[in-house]
Amino acid sequence: MSSVTAQRRSGSTAAGRRLKWWQQLVLQAICLFIAATVLFPVLWIVSMSLDPRNISRPTELNLIPPGASLQAYLQVLDRPTANPVTFAELAFNSLRLAGGVSAFALLIGVSAAYAFSRFKFPGRQFMMIAVLAITVLPSVATIAPLFALLNSIRISSAIMSMVLILAGLMLLGLTLFAVVPAIRIGSAGPGNYFFGAVGLVISLGLIYSGLAPARSEVFVLRNSLLGVGIAMVSGALPFAIWNLKGYLDTIPKELEEAAIIDGASPNQVFFQIVLPLATPALAVTGFLGFTGGWTEFFLSWQFLTDPKDFTLAMSLYNMTGQYAGQIPWSRFAAFSILLSLPVAIVYLLLQRYIIGGLTLGGVKG
Amino acid sequence: MATTNPELASPTARAPRSALYEGWKQLRTPIVYLLPALVIMMVVTFYPLAFQVWMSFTDYGVIKEEGKQTLNPFGPGGTTPPNYRPAQFVGFKNYLDIITNNPQFVARLGGNFDFWRLLAFNLWWTFSNVGFHVALGIIIAVLLNVEGLWGRKIYRAIYILPMVLPNIVVATVWRNMFDDQYGSINQLINLFITPFGLDPVQIRWFNQIQDPIPGIGLPLSYYAMLIANIWLGWPFMTIVATGALQSIPKEMYEAASIDGATGMQQFWRITLPLLRPAMVPAAMVGIVTTFNLFHVIYFMSGGGPLGRTEIMVTQAFKLINVNQLYGVAAAFSVIIALVLIPIFLITNKISRATESYDV
Repeated sequence: MSSVTAQRRSGSTAAGRRLKWWQQLVLQAICLFIAATVLFPVLWIVSMSLDPRNISRPTELNLIPPGASLQAYLQVLDRPTANPVTFAELAFNSLRLAGGVSAFALLIGVSAAYAFSRFKFPGRQFMMIAVLAITVLPSVATIAPLFALLNSIRISSAIMSMVLILAGLMLLGLTLFAVVPAIRIGSAGPGNYFFGAVGLVISLGLIYSGLAPARSEVFVLRNSLLGVGIAMVSGALPFAIWNLKGYLDTIPKELEEAAIIDGASPNQVFFQIVLPLATPALAVTGFLGFTGGWTEFFLSWQFLTDPKDFTLAMSLYNMTGQYAGQIPWSRFAAFSILLSLPVAIVYLLLQRYIIGGLTLGGVKG
Repeated sequence: MATTNPELASPTARAPRSALYEGWKQLRTPIVYLLPALVIMMVVTFYPLAFQVWMSFTDYGVIKEEGKQTLNPFGPGGTTPPNYRPAQFVGFKNYLDIITNNPQFVARLGGNFDFWRLLAFNLWWTFSNVGFHVALGIIIAVLLNVEGLWGRKIYRAIYILPMVLPNIVVATVWRNMFDDQYGSINQLINLFITPFGLDPVQIRWFNQIQDPIPGIGLPLSYYAMLIANIWLGWPFMTIVATGALQSIPKEMYEAASIDGATGMQQFWRITLPLLRPAMVPAAMVGIVTTFNLFHVIYFMSGGGPLGRTEIMVTQAFKLINVNQLYGVAAAFSVIIALVLIPIFLITNKISRATESYDV
């Protein structure tokens, strides 16, 4: 974006067009007003989070509250809600949910996206419409069957642990099988490493949760983060396929064609040429999926009953409006900021790629 | 496929076999690449959707007089609990209850349910929001594109903020900002009006029942959420419009001004028509997103007052979360899908999204 701006600016000086002082004044006033409306909620929440007085509600507007300190943050990190869980535990749950879902959707989705983007086969159009139609359906609208189906899956916790460990080991093997050859040949790009790292993290996560001591005798899939994760994959996977397909379409085919002429197999083309080129797309899709999981609310709110499983988004709702009770708004503010920061920072870092993807439809249409 | 007996593989039978083999060879790679995603989607996406359609014709999860019906036949220890009753087929009852606002059904939901009002509000909510988003998005993009404007880079950096923050945080923060007693909006209004000797106001943004503008049947909470969602939505449109503006050749404007076109004429005759191809798909994305915008409604007004700002998705969630009417919720979700299908088809037609890459 900045490069475009710079280009335009140099163009404008070449054209030698200048604004009259009163035009500049009017436009600056409008721009400043818009900036003020954009910044107002942000400044309000930041200033509130710095309020050390622990008053339950703010009664006046002030940019910097008297005796500003980070006390509210410390309180929130220690115990954000009435439940005896720390911020770190909530964040870890959100992290597992968001990371697991987005990584899984990415891993499974990228090959399907590649097939949709590059191959011609009967039923392609139909399947693509089916995938796209799912992304249009709101995920709230599938909560009834997902709840009922996941609720009916109950197994003893011991078997569940074994299943988790086995699944983790299998995924680990699969990841190594997919990534190690490219690394050994020496043709691995950042895409391969990303792919490998993602697979590694999920499989280790699965093994870890399999090894953790069981909380109850019967494992109800609905009442677990894994169940919420499965329900989220239901919507996240079609989205990932669709988003990745859009990006893959923009990667020129010439490189792949050249590789095929040189005798590369389809798998070699995919792992050694397409995946490295698709690194930004993978990062963006992974990030968008992660944001979705990090802020997911209704599935976890409906499914989970054990405070140990609760996520950040659920706790945020607990601090708002009618549920807030006597929780001071300074803590609500600090909590919102802590919840937003990781996502906001990554968004700003990936901004260029994300916006490129969002406007892709515009370029095509 | 492969013939194992060499005697049977006569030369005449070879031709079709190899044709089949060729076909398989062509299909093999796409199938292998699609298979993992297809299997997973069959299990976690398409099967639940089919199950949902079945559920919508049953009384799944209805709370009976004899006690709460459990949803699963497996109780503790593997035995069937006494209050388990399999869901019974009820035909189109759920659908009819919803679309005819069956009084008995409405009473069970608390008396505020009206399907047609809900649908109308949902559509109005969608189009009014997207209208503001697109209009403001274009105006601000044009403003930022004015040559010689100071601090464009800084403004662009600030203006992206609403997109960067998670929706859920935006909605909860705005909910608290519109709080009638402690919210910053009321405090801000008072800051401006009290110096003129006016009494401080305490606008009850989410609870006031009478409409602020008589004649327009929209409660105050709609306007509060409109403001919040405009704040949330226009930066995306500005970014799309900025991208499109920068691809308009400057020569067009130069030629137009030589021909004596005013700034306004240039805007209507050059800028807008050339922005159209980029803005239409973006608006379509906006329409689908806003139609399903759960967070803003659920966290801000919660559907109130009297369920008048409820949209389809928040109502669907409440049918489960509050009323535990799974069968009705399933029917309601099918109706949501039926409403979205035309919107989706139009979107798909306009943005040509599923057309293949090299056509």
